Amino acid sequence: MSAELVLQIVLTVAAGLIGVGLFGALSQQSIVMVMMGLELVLGGVLVAGGAAWFFLAPELPDAQMLVVLALVVMAVEMAMGFAVTIAIYRTRQVDMVDMATDLRG
Amino acid sequence: MLTELSGGAIAAVAVLGVLAAAGGIAVFVVDSMARATFALLASFLAVAGMLLVLDLTYLAVITALMMTMEMAVMAVFMIMFMMNPAGLMPMTMVHNTRGSAAVGVGAFAVLVVGIWTVDWPTRDGEPPADPTRQLGEAIMGSHMLVMLVVGIGLFATILAGTVLATARGRYDRFGADLKASRPDDPVPGGLPR
Repeated sequence: MSAELVLQIVLTVAAGLIGVGLFGALSQQSIVMVMMGLELVLGGVLVAGGAAWFFLAPELPDAQMLVVLALVVMAVEMAMGFAVTIAIYRTRQVDMVDMATDLRG
Repeated sequence: MLTELSGGAIAAVAVLGVLAAAGGIAVFVVDSMARATFALLASFLAVAGMLLVLDLTYLAVITALMMTMEMAVMAVFMIMFMMNPAGLMPMTMVHNTRGSAAVGVGAFAVLVVGIWTVDWPTRDGEPPADPTRQLGEAIMGSHMLVMLVVGIGLFATILAGTVLATARGRYDRFGADLKASRPDDPVPGGLPR
């Protein structure tokens, strides 16, 4: 099996994770479930970054740095997401995005 | 051009890829929040396994450890905030399913068309003997600016997360100028300044 084919299969998995994550982030009403969708999108970035490093440019550390950056973004998203969830629940007892539509804009 | 991946490794990548995608789909199909959390954990462990097969041992271990802890924290939040954490009854909490599915499938389709039509470049060079060392040297050398920015971002996250999650800070208790002689507490007798 050629390397290009394996790369394409791995990238297709990454695309699948991104698609599922987008669907979840857009369709879920619960704030925590929205965060799960965003995490899945970032999981797709992890897979794509790892594949890009291994199959395209293993001599350069750039793709590895991209994976590190995606991991950091995941941690930041989780921490800030939970902090915002706590803050909005404390002030308004809101735990679903539809209950806070006045924040739109 | 042949890949360095053996047949077994290719099979492992394929199986883990299917597991990752199936776990991701299960997150939005199962009835319970707790099950959704563990489905997401399964998906991320499969992602970590894929990174492991691709020689990125350090990043794979980091992913597995971080995601295990993160999902443990998430499970606690599920039970704190969400209805139906145990999945004792069917649960659908969705809006605009059709539009969301269209966006998700559309994004997937665009990406797949790109992935399978692009003329991918051939591999440039060989993987180093120790990819972790390559990453460490990049972090401490050529890519230090990235880590500096990441460090500032994480520090800002710590501060912002604490400020957002604090119920009553010192400004609530002692006024905007912090000059009140007695703290304004709902229940008197709290700690002084």
